Amino acid sequence: MSAKLVLEDKSVFYGASFGASRSVAGEVVFNTSMVGYPEAMTDPSYRGQILVLTYPLVGNYGVPSDEKDELGLLKNFESDKIQISGLIISDYSYKHSHWSSVRSLADWMKKQNIPGIAGVDTRALTKKLREKGVMLGKMVIEGKIDFEDPNKRNLAAEVSVREKVVYNESGKKKVVLVDCGAKNNIIRSLAQRGCCVIRVPWDYNFLEEEFDGLMVSNGPGDPKMCDAAIKNVAATMKKGIPTFGICLGNQIVGLAAGCDTYKLKYGHRSQNQPCTDMETKRCYITTQNHGFAVDARKMPSGWEEWFRNENDGTNEGLRHKTKPFMSVQFHPEATPGPVDTAFLFDRFVGMMK
Amino acid sequence: MIAKEKPDGILLSFGGQTALNCGVELERRGVLKKYGVKVLGTPVETIRNTEDRQLFVDKLNEINKKTPRSFAVKTVSDAVKAAKKLGFPIIIRCAFSLGGQGSNICYEEESLKKSAAIALSNTPQILVEEYLGGWKEVEYEVVRDSYDNCITVCNMENFDPLGIHTGESIVVAPSQTLTNHEYHKLREISIAVIKHLGIIGECNIQFALDPKSDDYRIIEVNARLSRSSALASKATGYPLAFVAAKLALGYSLPELRNSITKSTTACFEPALDYIVVKIPRWDLKKFKNVSKLIGTGMKSVGEVMAIGRNFEESFQKALRMLDIGMYGLAANNMEFSDLDSELKNPTDERVFAIAEAFRKGYTVEKVNAFSRIDCWYLEKMKGIMDIEKEIRGKLSPEVLLRAKKAGFSDKQISLLQDKPELEIRKYRKENRIMPVVKQIDTLAAEYPAKTNYLYMTYNGIENDIEFSNKKTVIVLGSGAYRIGSSVEFDWCCVNAVFTLRKLGYNTIMINYNPETVSTDYDECDRLYFDELSFENVADIYDREKPEGVIISMGGQIPNNIAMKLRNYGCRIFGTKPESIDNAEDRYKFSSLLDRLGVEQPEWRELKSAKEAKEFAQKAGYPVLVRPSYVLSGAAMSVATNDDELQEYLTKASKVNQEYPVVISKFITNAREIEIDAVANNGKLVVWAVTEHLENAGVHSGDATMVLPPQKTYLETIRRIEKTARVIAHSLKITGPFNIQFLAKEGFIKVIECNLRASRSFPFVSKVLKTNFIELAVKMIMGRSVSEEVASQRTFATLDYVGVKAPQFSFSRLTGADPIVTVEMSSTGEVACLGEDAEEALLKSMLATGFRFPKKRVLLSIGGNENKVRMLETARVLKKLGLEICATEKTSKFLEQEGIGNTLLNKIGERKKPNIYDYLTGKKIDLVINIPIGMSWRERQDGYIIRRAAADFSIPLITNAQLAKSVVNAIAMKKHKDLQIKSWEEY
Repeated sequence: MSAKLVLEDKSVFYGASFGASRSVAGEVVFNTSMVGYPEAMTDPSYRGQILVLTYPLVGNYGVPSDEKDELGLLKNFESDKIQISGLIISDYSYKHSHWSSVRSLADWMKKQNIPGIAGVDTRALTKKLREKGVMLGKMVIEGKIDFEDPNKRNLAAEVSVREKVVYNESGKKKVVLVDCGAKNNIIRSLAQRGCCVIRVPWDYNFLEEEFDGLMVSNGPGDPKMCDAAIKNVAATMKKGIPTFGICLGNQIVGLAAGCDTYKLKYGHRSQNQPCTDMETKRCYITTQNHGFAVDARKMPSGWEEWFRNENDGTNEGLRHKTKPFMSVQFHPEATPGPVDTAFLFDRFVGMMK
Repeated sequence: MIAKEKPDGILLSFGGQTALNCGVELERRGVLKKYGVKVLGTPVETIRNTEDRQLFVDKLNEINKKTPRSFAVKTVSDAVKAAKKLGFPIIIRCAFSLGGQGSNICYEEESLKKSAAIALSNTPQILVEEYLGGWKEVEYEVVRDSYDNCITVCNMENFDPLGIHTGESIVVAPSQTLTNHEYHKLREISIAVIKHLGIIGECNIQFALDPKSDDYRIIEVNARLSRSSALASKATGYPLAFVAAKLALGYSLPELRNSITKSTTACFEPALDYIVVKIPRWDLKKFKNVSKLIGTGMKSVGEVMAIGRNFEESFQKALRMLDIGMYGLAANNMEFSDLDSELKNPTDERVFAIAEAFRKGYTVEKVNAFSRIDCWYLEKMKGIMDIEKEIRGKLSPEVLLRAKKAGFSDKQISLLQDKPELEIRKYRKENRIMPVVKQIDTLAAEYPAKTNYLYMTYNGIENDIEFSNKKTVIVLGSGAYRIGSSVEFDWCCVNAVFTLRKLGYNTIMINYNPETVSTDYDECDRLYFDELSFENVADIYDREKPEGVIISMGGQIPNNIAMKLRNYGCRIFGTKPESIDNAEDRYKFSSLLDRLGVEQPEWRELKSAKEAKEFAQKAGYPVLVRPSYVLSGAAMSVATNDDELQEYLTKASKVNQEYPVVISKFITNAREIEIDAVANNGKLVVWAVTEHLENAGVHSGDATMVLPPQKTYLETIRRIEKTARVIAHSLKITGPFNIQFLAKEGFIKVIECNLRASRSFPFVSKVLKTNFIELAVKMIMGRSVSEEVASQRTFATLDYVGVKAPQFSFSRLTGADPIVTVEMSSTGEVACLGEDAEEALLKSMLATGFRFPKKRVLLSIGGNENKVRMLETARVLKKLGLEICATEKTSKFLEQEGIGNTLLNKIGERKKPNIYDYLTGKKIDLVINIPIGMSWRERQDGYIIRRAAADFSIPLITNAQLAKSVVNAIAMKKHKDLQIKSWEEY
């Protein structure tokens, strides 16, 4: 079935539909990763977005099963469902091959009612998004649809848990995870290191809980929408409790500390972002997915820029000079992407006495 | 050289295995310490830890990383013991080896014993290892600086399962069938291993990955730049060697810039938005007896790389790029007598067997069960074959577009449609089905790129670049390395581009060989890493609208499309395509020589086998059979009787059906002389005359060449020059050309003429210190060179001598007869300068692996004529104090002539002393085996001796003239007499 992607600047990209037969609208963003579509598509940070993959061949190894891990999380995915609004690719692999695959990408998307368009010149589309910045777009497949800006919604609220959930109850150290759209692997990474993870809704007042450390998760949208979370994080830091923020969490920690945030032209969405530790000068390859960033030009007193993007100089992490507060813009939990910075979880666990 | 030059530092990881081994040896013998030379980059200890299998396994065990279960052994009996512990099948590997030399899969004890014996003769230690056949093979290119920043620049997946050497495998980048978990798990292990080993610079790590679970093994680490790193550099646009050199000097990764974007850092991992397919090129047809099976050893001689936006497109492009007469995956005419066996036992033709299987209705599952190639690749191939079926029907714009997106060429479609290629092209253009030009930018368009590294695709709607109005010249490259066309032509192309840029032209290079310099994107203004077909060159020509195309630098491939391009309306710089056709077409060329009164061996164009036989009987055997438009004497053969003639005629007519086959009298005992020259408007401007050490009958690419000539009469040289002038004038040559002559008894006869740069252009340019290509390009572009030419020395006044010697790879080509014939079989060459011919010859021979004999030489000389001819040589050997061993008849003959020798019994006989024992026991330092005559049957006798010499790496000479020259040189000079002198000092 033929399908098209229409951008707010009126440009149109034609292709063939391979997912659910319905039209959707959202913000169009691109990701340059070469592997990991099941992980990326279930990453809650993509909420409200139409994802363009620049790597042209997609669907090669199918989609794995819905098996659950020992924490009760979907073992092979980053949340309970596909989070993107739609997928735009160049070459869909109608036949897939992998021992772990139980279904094709198309079947998985159809089942979850997510549309996909293949046969698009994703390089041409990416260049447009790079030059003009991310744009609103709509995938027109079946039915009329209007443009819609997801950033006007509180996206974090949409993907956050509704109620408190506790994982690995017997864990020695108790970590409150502020869930603005947390990826499963953040929970797994903490549990593997012996932590009990108390996952709470984004606006949950956890200050009365008993805990050793605070983890502020990744998530979609504008960090300034997460006002309740910012307030709670600021209060926690006032108590001197070890705090670790990831991605949106970096921005929330930044805002709580007194920094400002802004929207990037087209964000960082890839598995090859080089980030340099400003102190050691070591450079790490990181996986990223964000459209907003912390403005690191003016640091509140006591804080310093920890990591910086080696390509464009944007902020990639913050930390307090004396207190146990740190946050990174990239994803140490990976999935998808390189695991080089997983040691940060060890550091966080080490901070909790 | 170290003693003379006293360098401060040495780099070991840039010259492949040869350099690495040399460096390890220098360190072991204390040379580096003695002269205070610092090893830059990866330390020698790390190299040793990666090269010695046991140390390697121990190192990886320290960090709990899995390697195949294995045992390092030093004797055959220990190998058997180890195999019993592991259980058959097992694989044996050599430590310190290149290209998997001596690796073998053994299914039972007998074959293990045999393989182990051969392997242990090449190396003191071998590894007996669990066999992981059918697993996926994946490799990562890893870069680490001395500050512990570590990245993986590229991962690659082998299309062929483990068990086929990665140099023999089709390779794709990035990996296609790996999940995020697998990709990053192996990446993480790569980094952990490389950090633990302490590599600084670049290296390659190879994995086996279970296709049914996430189990893995680390196969090996190459602590150096490798074939794979060259491929990875081209596949990603990340300049690995450049970065590795900087890191060796102490720079950190983050401070180096990404040379494509210029603005971002080199400390990143390229994101590809295309797929790269590499396919090796074999030339096994050139060898008698050779096993066509591919496996753990390396037999391929070159490779191609294709870029596209889906697998089908890249794959079919690459298959065409091989230039082996295949139109892609589909539309070929290949027959297999036993298809199932072809699928089970992979040969260089396995891909076409799979195509045939799908055509015959085999399922993907069945092909997978036989071949163990991942179903993903097989599904894609089946998809191509489905489209083939579709194209056979009515052609619509929709079908055509689908076909083009799946990598079908116009030619392929035209064959399936049974229409001329140009008609398909016309239909395609009418329907506006045109490829777009895309950039390789390392970051998948995330950042603006300044790169001019380009490829063509039908899977896109928009060009990445704009087309300029600058004065532009296209230079066509030389394609895959193969026997007969190696880096020589690439040297010509690079020099041509360099000269054009100096003259102020905007340059475009088209080539697809990842091993070349011409495909470095910074050599030219625009690099199209794509096909050298008429279709593709014409598509680029249409877009770029250049001033014209230079076709005379890239060897035979550009030559072959010259007429088509001209007829299409492309402007060809230099000699006119009509003239090229007059020289390439054997019939036209021979007629021309007759008209010019230039002598040539008696010849006839073949119309029928009957006529050929009549000619042969009249002119007398031996006769030479040769097709037109070929390089390196493909399918060229000397027939000594009717039966052989019949056989060769069939072979020749298959090679090139569009052009005639010619038969000519083969003149025996003649010398061969070549002229490499550049002419301007039919006037000879610069030239060099080179003589072959070997008599005619050895292909010029396999001959040992001497410049200036040592044994050629001045009068002969004068005649050669004169003939070259006449031919240059009559063909109105502007640019490079090469003519080969036979010389006998004062007469010369023309046997071959190529109106393009030849294989020996770099050799003569380097010996004469006159860049023939630079001059040629200036003349082609109409510039004056009179001043430059006036200041050049001529070859006759040189006070030193250059010798070019062939490098053979027989030890890798299991079963091949290590002998030289009219069809070329060497895979490389070396050249050295010396004060005299003897010094230059010895240096060249040493560079190809020759060693000075110390104790014993084995002589086995066929025929009385040869025996008499070699008599003096035998005396010289004796005088040098060497023991002569000889085969039966040779021994008797030498005895009669009063030359004492040791008789060795034939390999098949049990009597002692036996040749086999002497060869395997390393008792022989040099084998001189001269076959009787030209025919295959006459040569069979010495085959076993020659093959054993190749298998046990003993220097072997099979040509009487070469043997004489080498022995005389040894008598004149000792190893220590050879001077260490740089090129500049001559």
